[in-house]
Amino acid sequence: MATITLTISALPAHVRTARLMAATVARRAGVAASAIDEIRLAVGEACSRAVAAHKVHCPAQPILLQLIDGSGTDTSSEPDDGTAEKLLRANGITTRRFEVVVTDRAPAKGSEEAANPPPLDGLFLDGDDTPPGGISGFSPGLGLAVITGLADEVKIEPDDEGTVVRMSWPVLPEPSPDPGAN
Amino acid sequence: MDLKLDHYTEGDTEIVVVEGEIDVYTAPRLRELLIDLVNKGNFHLVVNMEKVEFLDSTGLGVLVGGLKRVRAHDGTLDLVCTQERILKIFRITGLTKVFGIHNTVQEAIDKRSSK
Repeated sequence: MATITLTISALPAHVRTARLMAATVARRAGVAASAIDEIRLAVGEACSRAVAAHKVHCPAQPILLQLIDGSGTDTSSEPDDGTAEKLLRANGITTRRFEVVVTDRAPAKGSEEAANPPPLDGLFLDGDDTPPGGISGFSPGLGLAVITGLADEVKIEPDDEGTVVRMSWPVLPEPSPDPGAN
Repeated sequence: MDLKLDHYTEGDTEIVVVEGEIDVYTAPRLRELLIDLVNKGNFHLVVNMEKVEFLDSTGLGVLVGGLKRVRAHDGTLDLVCTQERILKIFRITGLTKVFGIHNTVQEAIDKRSSK
């Protein structure tokens, strides 16, 4: 398992860098081409949410992005909870996963965000409701709803010290060698 | 790619042409343009998104904000978009039921005129 870690300042301009890097690494890891756009969008949403939260609570703190390519063999950096690289076995075929983890340090407690995104109605911020220091047009609830709709698996873990958004997609199995080839 | 914005008048409709990426960094510029157009009395808007390469929830929020503003003046805000990857985010969020989404600018204008 190979992990690429990117640390970004809480600036909207860096969100594009994060999503382009995620798309590049996902493509290299062997994620299906049809899922690359989903990964780009979901990672952008997660980083936008983190940047917006940091701008309000802790603008000097960095945001951590981990891109975990489950196609390698190094398991030394796998988290204790085992969510980084899940090996799903079906019909004898092992399916590896590409995981993206976005970690922020803005306290989630008391904010409007939650592990379970609320329904979409009435969530839109069009700027009039933007909190001081916030980003105009950004709606954290809508962003989390989009992530939930895009990622194959999603886990959102908010607590007093920040929020961890884990998203993962299956990696295409490598073609098995042709037994008849010689 | 950065965001490029342009607009022109067609009858009583203002056409906004958007090109590039609409995200948390660039969306405020689109928001400012929509607000400026509404403040200048343009209450029927068509946003042409055929050259948009990326759209996230921040962009959606800006478009919904624009829709709210024109509706306050009994106006309309329609979209032109045929790209599947952009349409997908409207479907995920259920906003296909909120916006009129058309294949061409002319179709958007004709549909509103026929109402």
